Amino acid sequence: MGYLLGLKEINEVLRQWNKNFVIYAPKLIPDGGAFSDTDSVHYGEVTSIEEIVFDRKSDFSFKEILLPISETLFYFTEDSVMEPATPEKQAIIFLRSCDLHAVKRLDTMYLHNGAEDHYYKRLRDRVKFILMGCKESYESCFCVDMETNRSDDYHASMDLSEEGVRIDNKNPEWDELLTANCTKQADVTPSYVTETETRVNIPKSLSLDIMKSTMWNQYDSRCIGCGRCNFVCPTCTCFTMQDVFYTDNGKTGERRRVWASCMTDGFTDVAGGGSYRKNNGQRMRFKVLHKVYDYKKRNGIHMCVGCGRCDDVCPEYISFSHCINQLENGMKEVTEHES
Amino acid sequence: MNHNEYLPFRSEIKEVMKHTDIEYTFRMAYEGDVKPGQFFEVSIPKFGEAPISVSGIREDSVDLTIRRVGTVTGEIFERYQGDSLFLRGPYGNGFDVENYRGKELLVIAGGTGLSPVKAVVDYFSDHIEETNGMTLVAGFKTPKDILFLEDFGKWKQAMEVILTVDCADDDTACQIGLVTQYIPGLKLKNKEETTAIVVGPPAMMRFTTQGLLDIGLKEENIWISHERKMCCGIGKCGHCKIDDTYVCLDGPVFPYTKGRKLLD
Repeated sequence: MGYLLGLKEINEVLRQWNKNFVIYAPKLIPDGGAFSDTDSVHYGEVTSIEEIVFDRKSDFSFKEILLPISETLFYFTEDSVMEPATPEKQAIIFLRSCDLHAVKRLDTMYLHNGAEDHYYKRLRDRVKFILMGCKESYESCFCVDMETNRSDDYHASMDLSEEGVRIDNKNPEWDELLTANCTKQADVTPSYVTETETRVNIPKSLSLDIMKSTMWNQYDSRCIGCGRCNFVCPTCTCFTMQDVFYTDNGKTGERRRVWASCMTDGFTDVAGGGSYRKNNGQRMRFKVLHKVYDYKKRNGIHMCVGCGRCDDVCPEYISFSHCINQLENGMKEVTEHES
Repeated sequence: MNHNEYLPFRSEIKEVMKHTDIEYTFRMAYEGDVKPGQFFEVSIPKFGEAPISVSGIREDSVDLTIRRVGTVTGEIFERYQGDSLFLRGPYGNGFDVENYRGKELLVIAGGTGLSPVKAVVDYFSDHIEETNGMTLVAGFKTPKDILFLEDFGKWKQAMEVILTVDCADDDTACQIGLVTQYIPGLKLKNKEETTAIVVGPPAMMRFTTQGLLDIGLKEENIWISHERKMCCGIGKCGHCKIDDTYVCLDGPVFPYTKGRKLLD
């Protein structure tokens, strides 16, 4: 059902939702940018429509709400383990189409790749998604080529327009509240982009032979292995276990999982000091192929959703989309080399 | 409430067998399904978890052969006496003895690589009539590094055993040389049909499997086991992924036809 609401009315709706839901949306962090006098956009709790940033891409994704940067798995005492309680409130997450597609990637890993993940599942079950329409694409976005520019499986959508907030609601539980607060009911289709300035081409011929290409060598020196690209990525899901003990009582503590990055040292260490992919170029190869090659082989869809945040955040100005576009030449190089 | 795979259970250390200064086998209380080549996530609160493969299976226990190489394993060696460890698992596919039943079996292991395959050797050593002959080639760096020395005596009664060390510093009963140099001389009944398991460091597996192919074994009759440091064991943490394969879910045991493509 579609609705048109004024700003005052939408804030009333948010107020009502807030009774049962924590509402997460992209928020402006003044002076939070990488350079002086620049802002950044992060996810945080909001209570009014004015706090939500609709006209910029968020620098970090919604991912940390479903997959906290550091998540306590259980508390230890001397001889028992105890699981932390589930948050009482449910959550609403405002996100764009690319990120909503990223949720599918997270679900694939955490619900379907092997046993269901208890901690992800208990947060995931409590979340409703509100799609933020995209009127235009942003710098470095390439969602159209990754086929993530449109989404249908939202609970509701929201678009800001001159006449107010346009909502397409698919959650029957919200209809009563929206009907009571709307200016009028109308047919609403969330806006979406149909073209992006940045384009990518994943060659159909792409195979593991690309590992032998020299295209990866440039990243040996350009990439500094900082892992920022993994942390802003809405589909990166790796973590490492970490045990923490309290200084006041060395016998109690907790086990956490914390985000891990395949671009940093230590990710592949095995017993006895061995490790794999020591060069940053090979780490880049591992990451890029996961995003646009092997994830699809296993799960049927590409992992990368084309949000372009990795391009935006890289301190070395390495462009992921540009790297994808080199794959075709890389394949030519390795196949010509063989013949 | 869905099952929480991350919560470990406490398991009593029933016995400790010391092989070398840095390699002990811990016999841990455990009742349940488990296969050779599977692994447990072993932990000590405060020091973290490490994946350790099963080296022996009994009705009420599993053997975990642990090498002292890191924080977790170091701590296990310091404080094991009369104590217990936390476990979760078993994880991974493990070896399926059905693949080798009724066939001639060749096991080639390098160093601690013997540990994941040991329960297969134990099983067929006790049921040698279920094979069409069996050979074990085990290589270690020096005589001091030999694992499961006491088991070799038992195995020798059931099967052909070649125990070799890379270099010997005193007069020992075992032979000298890399496992690969024994391959051409192996007395196998029918190389076209012989099944083989190769486990060890990556370079050792590469040269050994090549050696086996050279003498006429078929690719599809060879199995290998990969080593990675799995954090979760259940296909989530990403540390063990190679191409589209998760070693913890799809392995660690692979038929060579698949395993040889897992390059990193």
